[in-house]
Amino acid sequence: MIALSFFAAILPLNTLGHYIHWHFIYISVANFTVVILMIVTFVAALFLPFPGRRRRKENK
Amino acid sequence: MTTKKFRPDVDAPEWKGGHTPYDILKEGTIALAIVLALVIVLAVVFGSPDEKAITLKAWSTADPVDFATTAFSELNGTSTTASYGAPYNHNGPSQQIGPLQLEKWVGVRIPLNTATDFVINPLKALPNEPALDADLVHYQSASSSTRARWFNAYAKGATNMKYRHGTVVVNATGAGPVPVMINDLTTMARSGALDQDLVGGNDFFTTDYTESLLFLSDGQYLANVATEQHLAGDQWGMMNETGNYPGQAWLWLYAFWYQVAPFNNSGNGDALVWGVMMLLSLILLFVPFIPGLRSIPRRLRIYRLIWREHYRDSGGA
Amino acid sequence: MSSEEIDRQWTTRLRRKVAGKLPPEKLLPDTQPSYVASWIYVFGVATLAALGVVIGTGCILALRGPQWWHGSSYGHFVNSLHLWSVEVFMFSMVIHLWGKFAMAAWRGGRMLTWMTGVVLFLASVATCFTGYAIQSNFDSQWITTQAKDGINATGAGAYFNVLNFGQMLMWHIVLMPLVLVLITGMHILLVRAKGVVPPFEDDLVPAAKITRVSE
Repeated sequence: MIALSFFAAILPLNTLGHYIHWHFIYISVANFTVVILMIVTFVAALFLPFPGRRRRKENK
Repeated sequence: MTTKKFRPDVDAPEWKGGHTPYDILKEGTIALAIVLALVIVLAVVFGSPDEKAITLKAWSTADPVDFATTAFSELNGTSTTASYGAPYNHNGPSQQIGPLQLEKWVGVRIPLNTATDFVINPLKALPNEPALDADLVHYQSASSSTRARWFNAYAKGATNMKYRHGTVVVNATGAGPVPVMINDLTTMARSGALDQDLVGGNDFFTTDYTESLLFLSDGQYLANVATEQHLAGDQWGMMNETGNYPGQAWLWLYAFWYQVAPFNNSGNGDALVWGVMMLLSLILLFVPFIPGLRSIPRRLRIYRLIWREHYRDSGGA
Repeated sequence: MSSEEIDRQWTTRLRRKVAGKLPPEKLLPDTQPSYVASWIYVFGVATLAALGVVIGTGCILALRGPQWWHGSSYGHFVNSLHLWSVEVFMFSMVIHLWGKFAMAAWRGGRMLTWMTGVVLFLASVATCFTGYAIQSNFDSQWITTQAKDGINATGAGAYFNVLNFGQMLMWHIVLMPLVLVLITGMHILLVRAKGVVPPFEDDLVPAAKITRVSE
């Protein structure tokens, strides 16, 4: 039915997981992606300019 | 103004600078809209995993030899659950950290006798089985030395256990009623009746799966499926999810300890890991009070990036 | 009724204490200090927003019961929303934690804000665990049969039986959300009452000349 198929995932991740094995570290590609994304997001948040600088200068 | 010495890692200077207009409700609304949109996109694109639960019926159908072997270990008291100790029984050593034996001190609060609860009582529940009923009476009236003789005989034959034409085949003479009990329990499991019996017991309504889950986890089948999905303890399994989905990545430190000595080869491994994690959690909780630790942010100077506009404006003033 | 009598009432005393610590302009401020100028500041509200979506999708799942999502495409979609909102929640919370540590955000009498935050982090991990335990699928079977050993080792397993689906369900949908919402409320009100932690001043002003915030 069209209504039900609307809710099916486009890219379901149900295939057997891919893993990165380095010495005793064994991490799924999915988890590794999440961790890398977190680090990138944190660093980006630190470096990206925050809008409204002129308004803040006016209110000093 | 207080005359106490200013401690840069504990105290904060009074802000005498400017303020800018800030719409807190608008910020919250925008955050909600963005998060909701992101979640919808992720759900639409990736969905979520749902690997079907393994019933005792499915297990005994897929691997009847593993099931029957496990059933025998429940009967003769050698399974992991049977020899676990607290909180299920008194048959095993409890984990401890030095003199702390918390598991043992709390005691047996979920009492289980695997022979009775997992094998004998379910078999007794089968209707119209006079031969089986007689075997059960024979088993229960036997002395412990007689049963030990039966178990030894069955164990010897069980090394070549086969499953043929709906029957567990074990070449064991002098094993008493044990072969019939194990075979009948396997048949009961393959029919689905054991699933219901272990969950329902004598009650109509129940939501407690302790017995079925313990029985299931005593076998190899569940562990084999989990290992295939990279969920085993030595595979950092606690962090992982079935398929290619991200799991509980925040459990990375908890999973880490299980990969290294002494945690990975100690009988008290779980207790040690929990002890370490509780200690680290307390340290994190009390960071503001721990000299040295609370100085790390000031020494790392990441704050120079966060407040760079303030420092630029103040330094130039 | 004398005014002295009114002053002694629990209601009056509580109202005055709360209003003193958190007057309306602090509860719902319309300005913020100009040093709040970094994207790192958005992760607190992002965590809160994600918590809202987690609870909202959880409520939808509750409408049809814990088995609904196995047999319904719509239910499975709501489950997916719930799972990914949890991932976004933990993602934002950890980045928020990193940011707050980098700022030493406990300074200036904000220790309780930090501590409620840590408690929230730990409580969230526990809530996530009970959530995984009640998926009623293979993953739940494996996670609970593995986790029981660790929890049993602490002695807590005798009372917190992870193999008891009903118990885990009620912890996940009643007890833990109550804890999370109450402590989140405390955490946010503390931020409102104390304000956002000011920058370090050690680089620019000698310590002896800094006016310390009296507590």
